[in-house]
Amino acid sequence: MASLTELANPARFMRLSSVLLPWLAGAAAVLLAIGFYLVWFVAPSDYQQGETIKIMYIHVPAAWLALMFYSMMTLSALGVLVWRHPLADVAQQAAAPIGACWALICLLTGSFWGKPMWGTYWVWDARLTSMLVLFLLYLGLIALRRAIDEPSRAGRAVAILTLVGCVNIPIIKFSVDWWSTLHQPASVLRLSGPTIHSSMLWPLVITAVGFTLLALALHCAAMQAEILRRRVRTLTIFEAERLDRLSLQAAQ
Amino acid sequence: MSRAFLAILRRDLALAVRAGGGGELALVFFLTVVVLIPFALGPDLNLLSRIGPAILWLGALLATLIGLDRLFQADEEDGSLDLIRGAPLPLELAVFAKALAHWLTTGLPLTLAAPLLGLLVALPAEGVVPLTASLALGTPALSFIGAAAAALTASLRRGGLILPILVAPLCVPVLIFGVSASDAARGPMPLQSPLLILAALSLMAAAVGCVAAAAALRQPD
Repeated sequence: MASLTELANPARFMRLSSVLLPWLAGAAAVLLAIGFYLVWFVAPSDYQQGETIKIMYIHVPAAWLALMFYSMMTLSALGVLVWRHPLADVAQQAAAPIGACWALICLLTGSFWGKPMWGTYWVWDARLTSMLVLFLLYLGLIALRRAIDEPSRAGRAVAILTLVGCVNIPIIKFSVDWWSTLHQPASVLRLSGPTIHSSMLWPLVITAVGFTLLALALHCAAMQAEILRRRVRTLTIFEAERLDRLSLQAAQ
Repeated sequence: MSRAFLAILRRDLALAVRAGGGGELALVFFLTVVVLIPFALGPDLNLLSRIGPAILWLGALLATLIGLDRLFQADEEDGSLDLIRGAPLPLELAVFAKALAHWLTTGLPLTLAAPLLGLLVALPAEGVVPLTASLALGTPALSFIGAAAAALTASLRRGGLILPILVAPLCVPVLIFGVSASDAARGPMPLQSPLLILAALSLMAAAVGCVAAAAALRQPD
């Protein structure tokens, strides 16, 4: 716990993350290169789905990461509300657009996959709908953050909304599942059984880890940028106050 | 404690009735939405009667949302929110009183008006009771979820635009079970289970919404 609180010091985080960031990015690049090589040249095409199965290697990691980033935001929200760590707020702010992007990538790739497979870009299937609602939640969080000028206020508000969303996500998931089975039989998106052959599993695991590292690197960089942005903001305020005092003295 | 609770409730009810802009505006908005949809769809009564519950539920959802941004904003502007914050009454209970007053002046009138508006969309006679019951049990959830969002946006000048964006994803379950309860009259689906789930959603929204709204209002300045 002591190490965690030490890491939560923004200056220390800046030092550590600038050491870590190149390694994260490099590992992500290497893993993604290997992963994509495997996907394009080694992994077999599906006997039913043909080459379109390769969309899976982006689609599935994107879905995982969209959920992972919401979980990270929930933990950060606890950090903001319980321990009032400024770094938790920075982590939460940096995570929202990245998570929203993964949700969007998941929806778009799903849609491109759906067109050749189901003959339509969109079906109101339970999983698609849940991801769409998650995407809307992300957009709401980003919009709320942008609407409130003062960073600390915005951080608290976004943290509260994140926690409310976290409580609601299982309920939304459950009700959308129920709704979808009510409106249409679950015949469209049934990847019949979880039996995925190892020739497809390994490329998937490698690209998933690669994408995760990429997302973490992006998150790290975004957090650094946000810390610097806040520093600039504080310095600007100090400078404005100093100039104010100077002009007051000159007037006197 | 209960006196303070009742005082806030009575004050908000009196404000809604006398100052206007609360319940009756929501009702007129509800009417407008329900009237506009047939113009877009065409006057086919079979189609309207099939999607009637969905129209009424959407109308109720939108009508609940339009007045919500003022729930705490008006109090923030005239300073009464500071008094409520400083009062011995727990802020969660004060929020509960305000959200309850909001439901009594918005959700309840909408529920009572629904059977009449059901005539406009050719709602079958056996569908009236399920629809009214689902609105009565489900609209409190909208008020309580909305109260949390209203508290988050209380200090924003343009909260009215951002509030529906925050509330819409959270209202998905209420809409799903509300419409399915109203549809139950036509199909083989049991009526009881969606109604029970709606009641559960409302109770849960009351718990989560009030705590979240109080946390948002308690923001240290």
